[in-house]
Amino acid sequence: MATKELAGSSVEVNEEGYLTDRTQWNEAVAAALATEEGIELSDEHWKVLKFIESDFAEKQAVPGMRRLNKVGGIPTKDLYRLFPGGPIKKAARIAGFPKPASCV
Amino acid sequence: MSEPIKKVSIVVSKGSLEGVYPGLIMANGARMEGIEASLFFTFFGLHAIVKKKMEKLKVATVGNPALCVPDAMGFPMPTILGAIPGMSAFATHMMKKEMDKLDIPPVGEFIEMISDAGGEIFACKATVDMFHLKPEDFCPQMDRVLTVGEFYELSAGSQIIFT
Repeated sequence: MATKELAGSSVEVNEEGYLTDRTQWNEAVAAALATEEGIELSDEHWKVLKFIESDFAEKQAVPGMRRLNKVGGIPTKDLYRLFPGGPIKKAARIAGFPKPASCV
Repeated sequence: MSEPIKKVSIVVSKGSLEGVYPGLIMANGARMEGIEASLFFTFFGLHAIVKKKMEKLKVATVGNPALCVPDAMGFPMPTILGAIPGMSAFATHMMKKEMDKLDIPPVGEFIEMISDAGGEIFACKATVDMFHLKPEDFCPQMDRVLTVGEFYELSAGSQIIFT
């Protein structure tokens, strides 16, 4: 665990860069985490992040690809376009949640 | 630390449900990690991309001494019971139910998801000829029919995984 300065606030992250305390997350932190991934957040990105947030509140888990498709209404192609090179992992990290633990 | 894996080519050669899913899960999982992935379907594995067959794959209950009831920690099922009519359909039904709980999609939807994720879907030419299959028999996500030589060419730099 390490403390890191992001968007003017100090956050705790684990060795893989995931936030360990979601109360330290805010939109500016999300934008800074996205920048680290080479992503500039648009409304489309926010739609994904908001869905992960609401779904996590319900299920206590980061939704998998199929749940993002079926429940979140976000097509696979869009997810790969918005978060290239590992959509769910990257979206979960930017949204301030733990590394996804599902195989699909 | 060693180099991360950049590309995988997964060969699916079996047409049972438990023969096909590991390949699909590993291909999709690779894409989710940002790893390039292709699936090469050969022999009975080809059924997974044939429109009329893909949703009808079954768990093999004959010749499978690992089967237990109702799950891996349950009673071992005597192998001779696997031959009773309907046993394969029943085991398939049970397994699909568990998979659905984990959000593992049916075969057709899974293939579509992998294809949308940028994974490539190939059919083995020798098998296509052997089974007298035509282009229209395949699901629309099937990218190309490949010879083994072409498969190896396209797998340059890949880890080849045989499931």
